[in-house]
This record gives sequence, C-alpha cells and structure tokens, in this order.
Amino acid sequence: MSSAVSIIGIGIHPFGRTPQRSGLEQGVVAARAALADAGISWKDVQYAFGGSSSAGNADTMVSRLGLTGLPFINVANGCATGGSALLGAYMALSSGQADVALAVGFDKHEPGAFAVDPCEWGLGNWYGESGLALTTQFFALKLKRYMHEFGITDDSLVRVAVKAFANGALNPNAWRRTALGFEDIARSPMLNDPLRKYMFCSPAEGAVALVLANAAAVRKFGGKAITLRAAAIRTRNFGSFEVFSPSLALQRAPSPSVMASRAAYEMAGVGPEDVDVAQLQDTESGAEIMHMAENGFCQDGEQEALLSAGATTIQGRLPVNTDGGCLANGEPIGASGLRQVHELCLQLRGDAGARQVPKPPRIGYSHVYGAPGVSAVTILGV
Amino acid sequence: MQRSIDTQLFEWPSGDPHLIGSECRSCGVVSFPRQASCPRCSGSDIGLRRLGNVGQLWTWTTQEFAPKSPPYAVTPFTPFQLGYVELPGEVIIESRILGDRAALQIGLAMELTFVPLFTDANGDEVICFAFRPLGKSS
Repeated sequence: MSSAVSIIGIGIHPFGRTPQRSGLEQGVVAARAALADAGISWKDVQYAFGGSSSAGNADTMVSRLGLTGLPFINVANGCATGGSALLGAYMALSSGQADVALAVGFDKHEPGAFAVDPCEWGLGNWYGESGLALTTQFFALKLKRYMHEFGITDDSLVRVAVKAFANGALNPNAWRRTALGFEDIARSPMLNDPLRKYMFCSPAEGAVALVLANAAAVRKFGGKAITLRAAAIRTRNFGSFEVFSPSLALQRAPSPSVMASRAAYEMAGVGPEDVDVAQLQDTESGAEIMHMAENGFCQDGEQEALLSAGATTIQGRLPVNTDGGCLANGEPIGASGLRQVHELCLQLRGDAGARQVPKPPRIGYSHVYGAPGVSAVTILGV
Repeated sequence: MQRSIDTQLFEWPSGDPHLIGSECRSCGVVSFPRQASCPRCSGSDIGLRRLGNVGQLWTWTTQEFAPKSPPYAVTPFTPFQLGYVELPGEVIIESRILGDRAALQIGLAMELTFVPLFTDANGDEVICFAFRPLGKSS
C-alpha cells in the first residue's frame, strides 16, 4: 500500500448470546476495548466506520462513546460489512483525511436461518414463496457441484467442522467451546444435502472494533502496530455462481473471492505461499474448503489430501480459522469480518494463547464472502 | 381457480407452457427471469425468449428444515429438493426438483413440469414451475 496504515488497537465483545446487552452496546464494549488496547482515548479518533445488519445504526454509539463531532460513516454491505468498514478506515487514513480511525462491526440476530425478503435482493416474491430464498441452499448447491467436479468427500466436510470446534474450545471469546467428535458431526441431522447441522454456522451476536493509524500516529502512540498490507473488495463477474441466483450463465467466471484475493496479493506484494495463518469464510464447512482454493492456497481438489494430513490445524502447515471461525463463533453479520482481523492481530502479536500458531506468524490473511456475491480480503503483516 | 406464482415467469394457462426468459440482441446472453438490460454487456436491446423444456441436472440439494414464513408460503412444511438445470445453449435455471432422491445425480436428463404449490388467501391454487427426471411423468 502506498501509505502505511497499521492496526494499533483491537477489541472484541464475546460472540454467542448475550441477552442482557443490545448489539449496539456490544459494539460500544468492543470499541472501548480497542481504544484501551491502543492506549488512546475516544477523542483521539478522527474518523469512524461501522455497521450492523440487524442491530441498528453504528453511528449512534457516539452518544455512549462521547460526542466529539467526528465523521462517522454507517456501513451496510452484508457479510462484507466489517471488511467494508475496515476499507473505509484505510482509505480515510491513506488519503490523509485522518491520522487515527475506528472500524467497528456488531450484530444481534434471531435464532434460526436468516429470514430473507426477496425484494431486498431484486427478486420477485415468488422466489421466497416457493422456498428458494435460503442462503444455506446456495452453499449446498455450490458445494455439491464442487465435490462432483473435484472429488471432495463427505469426510472432508466433517474434518473441517471437527477442526473448527476444536479451535473454538481454545478460544474464550467463542460461542461454541466444546470440541465435537467426527461421528457427532457425521451423524448430525442433514439440513441441505450434503451439509449437516454441525457443518453450518448459526446467526448469533458479537462485536469487534479496530483502531487504525497512519505512520505519524503510530510514532506518536507507539504500541503493537500490525501493518495492514492490503484490503480489497470485489463483487460478481458475469458467470460466477452466487447466492440468490434464479439462473446462472452457461459460462463460468472467477468468483468475487478469487478477484479480491488476486487484488490483495498484488497490493501486499506477497503470494499465498507467504501466508502463515489464514481466516477464510466458513459459513459452512464446504465453504472453507472451496475458499482454500479460491484464495490461492491450493489447487481445486487438493483439499482432500490437505485436510487428511491436518494441514489446516493450528499445528499444520497453513492454519485456517484458528479462532474456530464462523462455525464456532456463530455469524453476527456485521462483526464476522472484523473478528477474523482481530484473530490475525492476536496471532501476529503472539498473543493468541492456547491457540497460538507455534511458528511465529509474520503474514496473516482474512477473507469474507456474502450475499449477493461480495468478497473482502485483507492481508496483515509484522 | 389456478393462478401462476408470477405471471412473468412462464406461460399460464397454456396447452404447451414454457418458461419465458429474455435474450440480449447485442451479445446473445439469455436471462431468467426476464430483465430489461443485459447482465453481461449492459445493453438494453432485449427481447423475450421462450426457453427449452429439457436439460440436464447441473447441481442439486435438499431442503430438510422449514424455511421461515414469510416468505415461504407452503404449509405444512415437508422436505423438498431443488437444484439447477442446464438448458443447452440457453441458461442454467434454479428450480424445485421432483423425483426419487436416490436417483438424482448431476447430469441426469430433466424436463419442465408445473405443480400446484400452495393455496393463497383468495383460495386460488398457486402454480409453480419445477423440473423432474425426463420420462418419469408419474
């Protein structure tokens, strides 16, 4: 990136269910934690970007944090909300608009699969009435085709979930902190063939905030700066296979994840072989498998052998979703993307505790994907 | 009375109903449902196109838990199948998929059919398109 931007503070509100606290209040908790971690006060923040999908307007948290008059932009970009807030903060800093910026994401969803209003997605009511407006179906449909083309087995889907819950058990901020055995997952109820109950994440609650700073502010405030080496967002190309598609083109095109990934690698000047730890969108276990290839970490089909060998466990060659990912943390839409970056910062600082990647990681990679076909990738370095 | 779930999607009533999509006169891309501009070339010279009735199963899955209502309109819930069917030379259509689950596999020959899906507040039977394995008309 042309002008160095660093993450100097991180804060998280535990994920899961917190009945006594609104989503917005969880965002405030995360923001205060990030400010404390950076060793700065709210009045030092000159620009803020934040959002939620179901828990209100992020900018209203200024009444809790302090009415300093700062510009605060609400972000609503589906599962890429957190990544978009981060990109906004990066642009505010790199363009010279501010020296210190906050990115915050939070959410609080009802239990059960997301209710979808087809009209919000440019679709007719028929799409929902006839039972096609479910994100879970898309994941299964894309996965079934992928498994057919590249020889991925049901066992690999189970292995991803086993790893997620094992990692979640090591994460005090995770929602699901109980490891599950292979058979527990392989015999859980089928929801959308080939995906079973414990292979899916669930809508949940949580919040994450990050304090970002330019080089001058890093010098001023000191602290444990992690460099934001790349942040990229891409939407659909004609021919990609995306959620909420009543039809698909005959031709196939790279997914938005592939395009965002390429852009981020180019921006950071590194390749997938340089990445030491990765957080990849795991809305369900098949998504993590497909996203390993879409983000350049393997060829299509190689996941089968990699997962058998444990390559993506914390002790493996490329640890993936070290905090338990969406499977163990649940999916508060506005917060998930920033949770990934929070985890990378812990790993790169060497502060990840029981789930610390053993060989000190120097390059971290995060990726989110959401409806109706948007991906955000960040690359961090120390 | 019977009515179509959406009059833009297919001919109904008709002795030989087809799905109706749109076709870009500039680049030839076929879309479903019909749309007024082309998702590939952005062109707005668009005509309607009667789509073919047979194709191959491109991918499929099952729906084994009840979708939230609304928007889902079919009660009581019973599990169903859905997938994408490739209409050769045209477009790949998302649809309910009928037929024996054990026989479903990618590449299976499929044909268009129409099914009553639910009864609306006016007491009308709402008809939706679906695909079933070719030649299995039961």
